[in-house]
Amino acid sequence: MRGLVLGGLIAAIFTAAALISFLWTPGDVTAVDIANRLKPPGGAYPLGTDHFGRDMVSMVMVGARVSIAVAVVAVGIGMVLGIPLGLTAAARRGGLIDEVIMRSNDLVFAFPALLIAILITAVFGPSALNAIIAIGIFNIPVFARVTRGAALALWSREFILAAQVAGKGRLRISAEHILPNIANTVIVQGTIQFSFGIISEAALSYVGLGAQPPTPSWGRMLAESQTMISFAPHLALVPGLSIVIMVLGLNLMGDGLRDVLDPRLRKRRA
Amino acid sequence: MSLLSIERLSLSMHGIQILRDVSLSLEPGRILGLIGESGSGKTMTAFSVTRLLPRGSVLSGKILLAGTDTVTASESRMCALRGDMVGMVFQEPMTALNPLQTIGAQIAETLVLHKALSRRAAEAEARAVLDRVGLPEPEFPLTRYPHELSGGQRQRVVIAMAVACGPKLLIADEPTTALDVTTQAQILKLIRRLVDEDGMAALFITHDLAVVSDIADDVAIMQTGRVVEAGPTDEVFATQSHPYTRALFAASGHQPDRVAEVAPAPLLEVRGARRTYPGARRGLFGHHPPKVAVDDVSFTLHDGESLGLVGESGCGKSTLTRAILGLEPLQGGEIRLAGDRIDAAQGVPGAVRARMQVVFQDPYGSFNPRHKVSRLISEPFHLLDSPPTGADRRRAIDEALEAVGLSSGDAEKYAHEFSGGQRQRLAIARALIIKPALIVLDEAVSALDVRVRARILDLLADLGKAYKLSYLFISHDLHVVRRITDRVLVMQSGRIVEVGETEAVFRAPQHAYTRTLLAAAPHLPETVAGAGADASGGDI
Repeated sequence: MRGLVLGGLIAAIFTAAALISFLWTPGDVTAVDIANRLKPPGGAYPLGTDHFGRDMVSMVMVGARVSIAVAVVAVGIGMVLGIPLGLTAAARRGGLIDEVIMRSNDLVFAFPALLIAILITAVFGPSALNAIIAIGIFNIPVFARVTRGAALALWSREFILAAQVAGKGRLRISAEHILPNIANTVIVQGTIQFSFGIISEAALSYVGLGAQPPTPSWGRMLAESQTMISFAPHLALVPGLSIVIMVLGLNLMGDGLRDVLDPRLRKRRA
Repeated sequence: MSLLSIERLSLSMHGIQILRDVSLSLEPGRILGLIGESGSGKTMTAFSVTRLLPRGSVLSGKILLAGTDTVTASESRMCALRGDMVGMVFQEPMTALNPLQTIGAQIAETLVLHKALSRRAAEAEARAVLDRVGLPEPEFPLTRYPHELSGGQRQRVVIAMAVACGPKLLIADEPTTALDVTTQAQILKLIRRLVDEDGMAALFITHDLAVVSDIADDVAIMQTGRVVEAGPTDEVFATQSHPYTRALFAASGHQPDRVAEVAPAPLLEVRGARRTYPGARRGLFGHHPPKVAVDDVSFTLHDGESLGLVGESGCGKSTLTRAILGLEPLQGGEIRLAGDRIDAAQGVPGAVRARMQVVFQDPYGSFNPRHKVSRLISEPFHLLDSPPTGADRRRAIDEALEAVGLSSGDAEKYAHEFSGGQRQRLAIARALIIKPALIVLDEAVSALDVRVRARILDLLADLGKAYKLSYLFISHDLHVVRRITDRVLVMQSGRIVEVGETEAVFRAPQHAYTRTLLAAAPHLPETVAGAGADASGGDI
């Protein structure tokens, strides 16, 4: 329970910062101010400034936009495509459709995700959008598998049999009975994939294949800071710690959600 | 002096009183049957003896086990007692063994732990114990894994583990509830023999009066955390001095009031039904020969008839049920409901399905936990071309709920707000709501306590009359089948081996298998079963 609150709070703070940055930031992230470059944290610049004199607080806020947007959309792609695939596979367990879906999943799993993401951005050009698509594709089999596994356990339950006796089709049963009962599992997996998305985006941006200048992103901030790490370590620490804290928060939230949504624990309370 | 004496034991968990002033005593060489319905505290009494209690439990009173007070003894003292002085056998043999360890290793483990034997000596000892429980060497080497054994054989391994160290006390918690009647009879005999040979004392927990009458020397009857009656089995069963005891007996022998009104018209016809499953894979492309689950089964169920189908687990009765419900295709033969063919491969039209509904065994798994009762029980309306809406739908739901003895106010509740018996009423309401001709009852009363079961059987008898229903009553419990059916089918390994009028089959079974089943089923002494008026009081 404590983990859920703490994790949720961290995620909420970063999300709020990203949203606020659309309206207001402490400093301008596109203006160059050479006079105040590489200021250490403190005073008017709580987290210091970078080599162009831009305020690091503002940079982190705007950078959060890209990270969160990429993760949200990538998880969305994975859920929207992966869950129906998993439900279909479970409804047709052992059939041809099940085999086709699950073996295609295995095929996608067999490719190293980040390398394919690099390949996609290398072919179609580096941009945040291509990063989203690349990360999203690799979320599909994750959700398909989790959904199928949870749904299979439900298909043998008697209330599903009762629905079949009531003449309901597999599609209808999947939507009406299966999906609401596996929501817990899928939501928890979602938070885990969300943190994975943030890390992936940072990694892609770090090698220059994610968000393009002048849009700041946590990964790109890290990449740009590495030549100056000896005399301005805060340039690396600020985005690096942002990534770590955000991912930690999301994982805490995922663990917490699992506990809260676990039907066994809920039964004890009932 | 008694081996185990429990004096004024009370237990509360998280502030809720579970046991109140329980006093029992147990002598070496005797079996004490602890009887009660679910929630009566019988299992918690046994767990208190070994102090394997959930967190938040507070014990008071005295439990003297061979001179040690287990209420106050230190945890390390208790660890030494468990397994060594006290052996335990649980209900579910499928989960009581570690699937990744050989049976030999699991039995030897307790010996190494408590008797400080070497690995070698422990294995020799384990071998001897397995022989004692009826799993002899050539067929059951120590290197067998649990999945290679049947349920009854696994329960023998569990018993071997419990008695390996030569405990003074054996606690058996519903050890035969998950087993078939013939297996149950063998396990009961085994426990009796081990108790007699070793001079152990045994605490035998069960909800089944008939099982207790077969095995126990003494009984104690528990109700809501108290012992209401205790004494030698014969005496308690003969006098039944406490009203609760009388209620339990009345419910066990309860005969629902029903008159068969069978019309000669066939309702359900099964002709030469055959269902096979593909054999397990052998190598990359090969298959073992297909497994025949239902083999050339034919029978007819007439309009208004209540037909029983009995058989042990794995005999194919579940597969047959699923085929009748149109959930599994047949590989041969046909099933007709009022003339219409039921074929899962081709899909069953809603209008045909609407004439047949089902009630399953598990009152907890039968309902989507996220839906309200009104939605749950109106699910079969899906089968109708123009399902009732608005006030009509509401009226149909209320009528179904009232027909099964619930109130219309229950429509807005969730399934978890009901007890097991009430949920089974809900399941019947769901079956009833579209006025089917046939209701398939798949072990529908097997998971219920005896008093609740008696009331559900009454309800089924009443509804059968009021709604002109036919029942296909599938069960492993012979006594229940005898009380609610007109005719009975006996099934063994995929075939129907005997068909006949229920009373005739039970009085003079023709087939050898039927005779075995009937002989194995535990039963109450005749004089006792009918004693006392129908006092199955209490609410369910």
